[in-house]
Amino acid sequence: MSNVTLRPALTRPASAETATKRKNPLSRKSLILTIVTAIFAIYALMPLVWLLINATKTQHDYVSTFGFAFGHSFALFDNIADTFAYRDGIFARWFLNTIMYVVIGAGGATLLAILGGYGLAKFRFPGRKAVMAVIMGAIAVPSTALTVPLFLLFSKIGITNTPLAVILPCLVTPFGFYLMWVFADQAVPTELLEAARVDGCREFGIFFRISLPLLAPGIVTVALFAIVATWNNYFLPLIMLTSEKWKPLTTGLNDIKLQTYSPAGGQEPLQNVILTGSLLTIIPLVIAFLILQRYWQAGLAAGSVKE
Amino acid sequence: MSSLAVAPSAASPGPSGVPASERPPKNRIRRDWRGWMFVGPFVVFFFIAFIAPLIYAIILSFFQPQMVWGVSQGEQFVGFANYVKLFQDPNFWSGLVRVSLFLLIQVPIMLGISTFLALAIDSGRLYGASFFRVSVFLPYAIPAVVATLMWGFLYGNQYGIMASVNEAFGTSVNLFSARLVLVSIGNIVTWEFIGYNMLIFYSALKTIPVSLYEAARIDGANEWQVVRAIKLPAIRGALMVALIFSIIGSFQLFNEPNVLQQMSGNTITTYYTPNFYAFHLAFEANNPNYSAALAIVMGLVTVAIAYVVQLRGSKGMG
Repeated sequence: MSNVTLRPALTRPASAETATKRKNPLSRKSLILTIVTAIFAIYALMPLVWLLINATKTQHDYVSTFGFAFGHSFALFDNIADTFAYRDGIFARWFLNTIMYVVIGAGGATLLAILGGYGLAKFRFPGRKAVMAVIMGAIAVPSTALTVPLFLLFSKIGITNTPLAVILPCLVTPFGFYLMWVFADQAVPTELLEAARVDGCREFGIFFRISLPLLAPGIVTVALFAIVATWNNYFLPLIMLTSEKWKPLTTGLNDIKLQTYSPAGGQEPLQNVILTGSLLTIIPLVIAFLILQRYWQAGLAAGSVKE
Repeated sequence: MSSLAVAPSAASPGPSGVPASERPPKNRIRRDWRGWMFVGPFVVFFFIAFIAPLIYAIILSFFQPQMVWGVSQGEQFVGFANYVKLFQDPNFWSGLVRVSLFLLIQVPIMLGISTFLALAIDSGRLYGASFFRVSVFLPYAIPAVVATLMWGFLYGNQYGIMASVNEAFGTSVNLFSARLVLVSIGNIVTWEFIGYNMLIFYSALKTIPVSLYEAARIDGANEWQVVRAIKLPAIRGALMVALIFSIIGSFQLFNEPNVLQQMSGNTITTYYTPNFYAFHLAFEANNPNYSAALAIVMGLVTVAIAYVVQLRGSKGMG
């Protein structure tokens, strides 16, 4: 019933602030409300600030100076060098692995979701109702519940400990499929497709030249969801991979901690490598978020406006 | 206020979330096999990565390796024996109770804060609202591993911020102790997802038509009345979605306790959460059949609870 609002919500992502002002011209700024909100903002930013500060410290400064103060020397670049030198440069390898998983896994997931969502929205074909029912049911099944069964199956067919074991499960996002379906249903007018068919265009030609540009805002949202999920994936690679050379950054970082930290010996972990590695792991996504955050909001509106 | 019905409510990925064109068969879309060119690839991978492991796990859960004097005799069909054993397993119940407790305490706190932040940022009464929106959302970009490593270091009693706090107040609080470690994990999860949920609610608030606020103003409604009569009902649907995702997240809790385990000494057991236990059974205890039964049961429990919440939620919706 409320589908009407979908398009406007998507096409004006940046107008949020102006809308707020327009709807209540008399509203005064509240200092108290700002302070209370600021407390939560500080809570959100505090660990990140701590990480930034402590990635610049030497091991000695880390244990001897206060956590939110800079150390006596500025060792960020030494720490970065240490991180990339750790165990013959395994960190760079993990970085490239993560990028590979994101490009193939998240890229493939987005592509499959676009094609599938579009196909379900714009075609009537035998078995369509069954596809719809099964995939809608799959949204509520948590992916982590499937991870152990996936491992058991993959070890049976012998593809554990290969990149395929991480990539294959990443390719399937029922939620992304659902979002693309909803989006394609709204954004691509069926009349336009009919007209193109009358003119003799082929289906894939229509898809690439007419539908794809119309789907762009939805694609950005689904791609962002998939990129974050793949970049931050931990449980799946932890289970699937034992070989160092295929690991992504997330399980790699935890390995550094495991290898250098033994609580029994009272020894502190190799903090400068772990913290600098953590910082390098999050920087690409944080930058992507800051640039793309307005699209996120638009996409989330699309997802939540459905009824 | 009858126009409230227009206020979009979200979305539940569920039977109700079917696009409008499903209801009246729109136009004349020809019915043939061409759609499979588009849907086919997804369905193939969906089968490989979703249906096949599910079926395989169900089959595995009905078998058990037979050992005679330490020599494997192959697998034998044991019916529901693995499931019977699971329901009598105190380790399983201990994990299930722990994640239920987590769900009952952490999720309301997190969603409460998210709702407050979304309303505050939407109210137009903040200085620098967009700065707050971005900074609160930022933790969502941080992988659970990095979030847990950071908080783990901050919690540390030797060199962490907790050490400084204890020193300053003369206390000896240990955030890794058996009593507090679940609270420590709850804080990490809350930190990770406050902003994500805030943004979902905020997006729902942004879809409220301006005319609704104007009508309320003409009626002389004050700000609290606007929040209660317009804004909270508008995010109700989004709240249901967030609640369902949070329930799934709680029952499947794994990453944070896994990363924290070694840092916290031995307070996080091998059966700390059901997922943890499934991991332990499959890889350390070498009992994949039992682990498969556990994964199936937890999947069913999660889906069932998510479904009940969705039903109850949509019943209350206008």
